[in-house]
Amino acid sequence: MDTLTIIALIVSSSLFAATPLIFTALGGVFSEKSGVVNIGLEGLMIIGAFTAIVFNLTFVDTFGDNTKWLALVAAMLAGGLLSLLHGVASIAFRADQVVSGVAINFLALGLSLFLVKLIYDKGQTDMIDSRFIKKDIPLLSDIPVIGDIFFSGIATPTIWAIIIAFASWFVLYKTPFGLRLRSVGEHPMAADTMGVNVGKTRYIAVFISGLLGGLGGAVYAQSISLDFSHATITGQGFMALAAMIFGKWHPLGAMGAAIFFGFAQSLSIVGSSIPFLDSVPAVYLLIAPYVLTILALAGFIGRADAPKASGTPYIKGNR
Amino acid sequence: MSKKWTVLAVPVISVLLGLLAGAIIMIVSGNNPAAGYMALWNGAFGDSFYTGETLRQMTPYIFAGLAVAFAFRTGLFNIGVEGQLLVGWLASVWVGLAFTDLPKVVHLPMAIAAGALAGALWGFIPGFLKARLRVHEVIVTIMMNYTALHVTNHFIRNVISDGSDATDAVNETASLRSPFLENLTDFSSLHNGIYLAVIAAILMWFMLEKTTLGYELRAVGYNQHASEYAGMNVNRNIILSMVISGAFAGIGGAMQGLGTFGNMFINSGFSGIGFDGIAVALLGGNTAIGVVLAALLFGALKVGSLNMPIESGVPNELVEIVIALIIFFVASSYMITWLLGRFKKKEAK
Repeated sequence: MDTLTIIALIVSSSLFAATPLIFTALGGVFSEKSGVVNIGLEGLMIIGAFTAIVFNLTFVDTFGDNTKWLALVAAMLAGGLLSLLHGVASIAFRADQVVSGVAINFLALGLSLFLVKLIYDKGQTDMIDSRFIKKDIPLLSDIPVIGDIFFSGIATPTIWAIIIAFASWFVLYKTPFGLRLRSVGEHPMAADTMGVNVGKTRYIAVFISGLLGGLGGAVYAQSISLDFSHATITGQGFMALAAMIFGKWHPLGAMGAAIFFGFAQSLSIVGSSIPFLDSVPAVYLLIAPYVLTILALAGFIGRADAPKASGTPYIKGNR
Repeated sequence: MSKKWTVLAVPVISVLLGLLAGAIIMIVSGNNPAAGYMALWNGAFGDSFYTGETLRQMTPYIFAGLAVAFAFRTGLFNIGVEGQLLVGWLASVWVGLAFTDLPKVVHLPMAIAAGALAGALWGFIPGFLKARLRVHEVIVTIMMNYTALHVTNHFIRNVISDGSDATDAVNETASLRSPFLENLTDFSSLHNGIYLAVIAAILMWFMLEKTTLGYELRAVGYNQHASEYAGMNVNRNIILSMVISGAFAGIGGAMQGLGTFGNMFINSGFSGIGFDGIAVALLGGNTAIGVVLAALLFGALKVGSLNMPIESGVPNELVEIVIALIIFFVASSYMITWLLGRFKKKEAK
């Protein structure tokens, strides 16, 4: 293989693997920026993946190849609903948000596997037909070199992921709503004094994180795993959480980190066909995202600080 | 209602609500909840074999629960039990395989100690980062879990075995298997680890409630600044708490490696015991006796659930949902205490 082909292959498979992580990590950014820790991202991805696959299998005869897009919408709603449960626990009932997130993960896995058994009478679903595939983008992929590297073999959700990342940055940093959301996460009492409804803002943020988490899971299921079983989502949600932290709770940072993790993941898969990487044991590439996150937190790669009020329920009148 | 009663009421009500929700799900999905729960009971305590299996499942749950609870009492949330358990499992099996001519009284404790040491090391890293650099332990321990998963798989495939998916069985001198307990329970996989688990629970109670070290650890958990002001070394206590917690988890892994399975194999995902340990600790109110009781409940639920599809046609994943809801209700204890308060007010009128 010549260098250009190798680079094109790595870029294309990195972005492919990164896409679900970008969506989910952005979901994490919304939730945590408002002061609600969301360990439940994994569960939201599970419920999204499950909903998308079941929707896809059920309606593929009715909607044909548009099914995958409608399945994304269904998965977003399912993720949003589940995240509201996390919202109720951590905002209204003042639950420990980490514990509630753990419960969400358990619940999503138990519920989806229970329903798979109930609907299909077996442990995993069939493969779906309507799926997202890598395509060459018309016109742009004809540009010499750049077109081959960046615009060939790209799935449509990847483009959406990048657009939504920029949109999230705009919403969070350039709109009044974003300012309120961030203020609620940094200093809820000050925000409350200024007339911001802390509870409502947090509910909206958690709901958005559910929509994006469900979307991430659905994209993963419909582009990478193509079916649903207990092993479909195993840690992608936590990797998205890592991407969010590695990206310092910033939408574009989270996107960058997700792409980097996708890069590490794809290296561990395509690495064996690349000359100097085939001698590196896969384990180093497999643990790279996690070790790098720890190093980032420890301050070796610039300090990463969580929003100040992240993890604490807001109780009116408490100082 | 006095505070003591509320402490007891929250977990009991949570379990009842969880089971009630499970019953509703069974009704909605067209099953008979009475038959479902009967099958669950039979599968957990129906005869001596099932009781043995329940007690065997309870063993690692006690260790995982103690690990989470111990850290919790110092104000730390150790989500990393899963990873600490995996490295402890690996280390104990490795030692169990490496020596062939040691007497059992030396070899077995050595293998268990290796598990404890590996788990302690895996707990030391987040503890150190928390104490020295104020890095949040939750995120670090999650990342350590995945690192442990991949690293142990790598060791099993490339270091301990020759490219195979499982290690050989550990030598007899390092095995926890007990012919006596197996005979007693109709050849279930119950092993001597259950004794160790009970001893560990007593040890944790003693350490936390009756020693200066335990007092300091709890003080740090209540109020770091006050402890610091009182002259305690907060950083040292944080690290120590994570190390001891990790050691408990590591021994839990040794129970799997030397007892239940007798070897270690490639894990594609987590065993779930570490995460269930969070539920066990929370339900048990982070006390030693509570952890033992909660571990019994979760052991029974897990083992009993396997009988549900056979006897009543209910998918065994129902139990996962019930467990999730129990955690959810315990976490939302504010809601339960608030409701209890409302009832009390009404009675007073």
